[in-house]
Amino acid sequence: MKKSIAALAAATLLTGMLLLPAGASAESEAAEPLLDENGNQVEINVYNWGEYISTGEDGSLDVNAEFTRRTGIKVNYTTFETNESLYAKLKSSGESYDVIIPSDYMIARMIEEDMLAPLDFSNIPNFDKIADRFKEDCEYDPGNQYSVPYTYGQVGILYNDEMVTETVDSWDILWDEKYEGQILMFSNWRDAFGIAQKRLGYSFNSTNMDEWNAAADSLREQKPLVQAYVMDQIFDKMGGGEAALAPYYAGDALTIHSNNEHIQFAVPKEGTNLFVDAMCIPKNCNNKEAAEAYINFMCETDVATDNIEYISYASPQEEAAAAHAEYLREEYGDWAVDIIYPSTSGENDEVFLNLPEDVNTQVENIWIEIQGSGGGVIYIVLTVVILVVLAGGIVFFRVRKHMREKEL
Amino acid sequence: MKVLSRIYTALIFIFLYAPILILIVFSFNDTKSRNVWSGFTLEWYQKLFQDSQIMDALKNTLIVAVVSALAATLIGTMAAVGIQALGKRARGIVMTFTNIPMVNPEIVTGVSLMLLFVLGFTLIGKTGVQMGLGLPTLILAHITFNIPYVILSVLPKLRQMNQHTYEAALDLGCHPLPAFFKVVLPEIMPGVMTGLLMAFTLSIDDFVISYFCSGPTSQTLPVLIYSMTRRQVNPKINALSALLFVTVLALLLIVNIRQLKDQDKAAKRQKKRA
Repeated sequence: MKKSIAALAAATLLTGMLLLPAGASAESEAAEPLLDENGNQVEINVYNWGEYISTGEDGSLDVNAEFTRRTGIKVNYTTFETNESLYAKLKSSGESYDVIIPSDYMIARMIEEDMLAPLDFSNIPNFDKIADRFKEDCEYDPGNQYSVPYTYGQVGILYNDEMVTETVDSWDILWDEKYEGQILMFSNWRDAFGIAQKRLGYSFNSTNMDEWNAAADSLREQKPLVQAYVMDQIFDKMGGGEAALAPYYAGDALTIHSNNEHIQFAVPKEGTNLFVDAMCIPKNCNNKEAAEAYINFMCETDVATDNIEYISYASPQEEAAAAHAEYLREEYGDWAVDIIYPSTSGENDEVFLNLPEDVNTQVENIWIEIQGSGGGVIYIVLTVVILVVLAGGIVFFRVRKHMREKEL
Repeated sequence: MKVLSRIYTALIFIFLYAPILILIVFSFNDTKSRNVWSGFTLEWYQKLFQDSQIMDALKNTLIVAVVSALAATLIGTMAAVGIQALGKRARGIVMTFTNIPMVNPEIVTGVSLMLLFVLGFTLIGKTGVQMGLGLPTLILAHITFNIPYVILSVLPKLRQMNQHTYEAALDLGCHPLPAFFKVVLPEIMPGVMTGLLMAFTLSIDDFVISYFCSGPTSQTLPVLIYSMTRRQVNPKINALSALLFVTVLALLLIVNIRQLKDQDKAAKRQKKRA
């Protein structure tokens, strides 16, 4: 008994030491906790991407704590890793979230499936600070009823200027046999097909299966040249010089460049994917007004600036974008501003929209087949062989044991 | 031959501990890179404690781990004592049932627990009380998969001990309950402790079940770390993992040293008696 108490005491002590610094940052003039009619503090559930908010590093704002300090509303903050897992959580867990931050095509899908509540913009006066080009003909949310943009960015090509000496300005270079085994490709199908589609001059949001099949053929043709289909490993592989070319998001190019200065970034002339992550309120939220207060708060200039400096994508909030561009210029130089806030018109750029269910499933299956073709059969055969050997072994030993027992 | 066996042992240890060593080394790396060393820094440790999100997740993880490990140890030990007292046939049947949560694929356990909770909440919701996934459901889920490990580590100790010492205590007029605490529990304590530690560590690193059973107020560290993969897993996590590893190592050392001391004492006592 003594032992367990001692162990427990040690554990509590260590935990206490770990937790102390976080709890010690009490602010002076905090707002009183906002109470509902039952006398409980008002809480909102926020569901955002991982690594997608300023959390108080190096004197930056701890955004959620600051919101509580200013309004007295408690924030329960959790994170997801893909739009699809966000969708699954909303659909299956029966949980109610107050603010979610999906990407463009997922917003379109949620609007279609009547999962989002229209926003009351009189509670979100800071919407005025969002740049006009996100309001005019917004494709994923026609008429701007359901979403307030949080971040945006472009997909482009990362390349190592020691290995790639020619100018990079076209998706074709990812199909160049010179770079066999040095090309990385997205492992998620929407991004991977998007590249092939733009290279062939198609739209991302085509419902014509012939175009999708043509893109699939093009990806099959590229497969022998591809070193690996990856997502975040791109950071290490490009940073460590293991690969020469990879598509990725503009904001992340800066991170990789600060690890390895030979990594450059270019946006192909054929056009690329413009992605927008925007704040929405699900229909079954607990407290819509508090959620709108949170969205409005996220568009405050100081909050948006700290957030965007942490995330290092581009901000649709104009004042924050100006501050961020200034910060980038000081920290990295003009080239960084060009990457994050490109001056080109981007007329060929396109946003992902929701695809019909049958296109979704068909293309997903094609993608699994493209990625898996070759290795799949070997694994199945290997598994079967191992299982047979195991089963044989068990039978053999059982029989032998049985025989011995009989002999005795 | 001896050299060969030494080399073999060394290889195994390298294989087991190299990943953790690398993780600890890179928690001091000056950049975010996971494969290029560019200088020593304590920056990530400092940033770790400033990050309210990681600290919240750590708090949730530790609450869930401590509560579920303690509860599972209590229930598991009681179950083990009961199972030991059963006949051979009944024991086999009960053991099969208690082992199911362990051999069942985690994803099945996770999804089915979530479905159960959601169904339960809808039924409760009809009476007007709104409930949702959160720390309580997460703790329940963790207790579920922890219990079999505790049973499995306590049962062998029960089997090893001399059944007659308990009967002797009863013969000498001790009531069953005090007899359990004075005679049985000290004997099986090492098994109980192992069970507790195992439950604790399993609960800390469980991802699949936590992924399905956590709600908007109860994200644990593994789930948080997984959500970082679209961007890049932050080196702050390396720093945190290093701290956790050192903590667990220290705990194990304390437990083992105490155990050794106790064994020494017991051996001396026996010598004296002889």
